[in-house]
Amino acid sequence: MENNLIDLKGIEKVYIMGTEVLYALKGVDLKINKNEYIAIMGPSGSGKSTLMNIIGCLDTPTSGEYFLNGKNVSEMDDDELAEIRNLEIGFVFQTFNLLARSNALHNVELPLIYKGLPKAERIEKAEEALYNVGLEDRMTHKPNELSGGQRQRVAIARALVNDPSIILADEPTGNLDTKTGQEIMQLLEELNQKGNTIIIVTHEEEIAMHAHRVVKIRDGKIESDVKSEKGRAMSERKEILI
Amino acid sequence: MNIFNEIKENFIISYKAITANKLRSFLATLGIVIGITSVTLMQTVIEGINRAFEKSISAVGADVLYVQKFEWFGKEDWSFYRNRKDITMNQYDYLERNIQTAASVCPSAGTNKTLKYRDFVLENVFVLGTTAAYQETFAANMEEGRFFTQKESDGGYPVCIIGMDIRKAFFENADPIGKTIKIGTYSFRIIGVVEKQGSLLGLVSLDNRVIVPIDRFFNLFGNKRSLSINIKAADINDLGETKEEVISIMRKARKVEFGERDDFGVNQQEAFKSTYESLTSLIKIIGSLITSLSLIVGSVGIANIMFVSVKERTKEIGIRKAIGAKKRTILLQFLIESVSICLLGGLIGLMISVPISLIINAFVLPTAMPLWVIILGLIVSVIFGVLAGFFPAYNAAKMNAVDSLRYE
Ligand SMILES: Nc1ncnc2c1ncn2[C@@H]1O[C@H](COP(=O)(O)OP(=O)(O)OP(=O)(O)O)[C@@H](O)[C@H]1O
Ligand SMILES: [Mg+2]
Repeated sequence: MENNLIDLKGIEKVYIMGTEVLYALKGVDLKINKNEYIAIMGPSGSGKSTLMNIIGCLDTPTSGEYFLNGKNVSEMDDDELAEIRNLEIGFVFQTFNLLARSNALHNVELPLIYKGLPKAERIEKAEEALYNVGLEDRMTHKPNELSGGQRQRVAIARALVNDPSIILADEPTGNLDTKTGQEIMQLLEELNQKGNTIIIVTHEEEIAMHAHRVVKIRDGKIESDVKSEKGRAMSERKEILI
Repeated sequence: MNIFNEIKENFIISYKAITANKLRSFLATLGIVIGITSVTLMQTVIEGINRAFEKSISAVGADVLYVQKFEWFGKEDWSFYRNRKDITMNQYDYLERNIQTAASVCPSAGTNKTLKYRDFVLENVFVLGTTAAYQETFAANMEEGRFFTQKESDGGYPVCIIGMDIRKAFFENADPIGKTIKIGTYSFRIIGVVEKQGSLLGLVSLDNRVIVPIDRFFNLFGNKRSLSINIKAADINDLGETKEEVISIMRKARKVEFGERDDFGVNQQEAFKSTYESLTSLIKIIGSLITSLSLIVGSVGIANIMFVSVKERTKEIGIRKAIGAKKRTILLQFLIESVSICLLGGLIGLMISVPISLIINAFVLPTAMPLWVIILGLIVSVIFGVLAGFFPAYNAAKMNAVDSLRYE
């Protein structure tokens, strides 16, 4: 029995818009193990974000089954999904999605509020998370007082603060310049080395090169699923070690 | 998440949301401000009117029954009561001898006369004939001098007791005791002054009167008049019992046949009260209508603002949901926000109405805002906050996370 962290079976997502029926996902099977680093690629409109939202329990599939850590997520209600999102999943969005009125520290503190931690513990953890992304001197800044890269770091700190088992990043560098993008990718790579499972959606080959496995999607179906050069190198190293 | 923590966090969030839109929040509270101001002020004014009323009818005496031909606020024609047999001294004697549950009983009759003292003249002064028992029956306190004695009243001595208005008009700073005044054309010696009584319902001054022994009153001013027999109950808690007794004795004294209705009235302060209450209940109903109307308009305004606020913050709701906020958490967030706005309105309302009530108390009529009115005001604000916020908050709670994140 393999210990799949994520196990998607025949996932379909259908949007019905008036008379038009739109298949965003047409039966996706995907298994992802702990500590993997996966890039999902594909043309615009191919269903990458839809898939990410389902993996992140933000959205529910029209049909198919989804097991996360052995639990059947597709049968859970809204509040159970909210709890999974709070505890198991860290989201990083292309548009950062920070609360505009709140400063960096409060944004990072938010998942801990919903978890129900006491104030002192929340502040301590949020400060630590901001420290880990190199923003210890920007804690009281509001999002509009931060650069794009800094905002994305706040978002990453927020995603990490609850020690989730999975980090989901939907085009995290899409709104950043190349250099800042590289820095963010560096950060994600370090997280992966520390044991986090990372799934990233991207258009860019250079970004995808950081991942160990690349899944390509076209028209709501998986077109290819291959180890990247880096992944091959990693597993070779493992084989040598064995 | 612990519910108390959740409420506390939500108050912090709503504080931020409200202060981020100060002017809008303030405008939103206006209806509630007006509603709470009017509900609390209305209660204060009613309280004041009640107090004034209680004071103005206190002279009637809460524990005194008045046996008279007329019934206060009676439903029949005036002539119906007038044509009844007069109430006589014999009936008074009979009642006085037989009643068990009375502390004291006195008869009284009255007429208007002109008063003279030296060059001073007072027209239309109420002259009241009664006995020595009057003092105990009406708990009349003397400002100066004394009331007449049993001997003086039985013997019909030419003595009188004057009210404060007469004292002021005739004697200013001089000592009135022992002076002789003329009631009509007859002389009376002043033996006492009754302390200030105020007026009945603000209409009839109770200080513009002179009290004389009833025998003399009949001799000088005529005895073809109907009496009032005034009975002070032994125990105010058994007033009903005393009334029963009075009725049964009076029926015997007046020979009312079994099965016939009473041909006299037994009046009491209660009659004023019930008439007064039917008047004030009208004021209350109109006031409550205005108040609830402004509260409803106010909460519709707040509901509207809340709908806008939820719409504007769709993205925020999406973000909160994405990182783990449950439906209940979002519902509570917006409910608490609308409750906060309404509470704020309530507090502003109280900040307006409390000083106004102090001003009313100082310059218009003695009153005070009862504590329960303040508490009621705040509770009403919370209730309207929940009512106004529920549907917007419910809308927010059931939003789809993906769709709201995509909302621009
Ligand atoms: N709420 C929705 N209602 C209707 N159709 C939708 C909805 N969300 C997504 N779609 C459709 O589903 C398909 C997949 O969308 P998705 O956002 O997953 O694409 P994507 O691969 O992320 O594209 P991009 O690279 O541009 O972000 C698209 O054709 C899109 O129009
Ligand atoms: Mg997308």
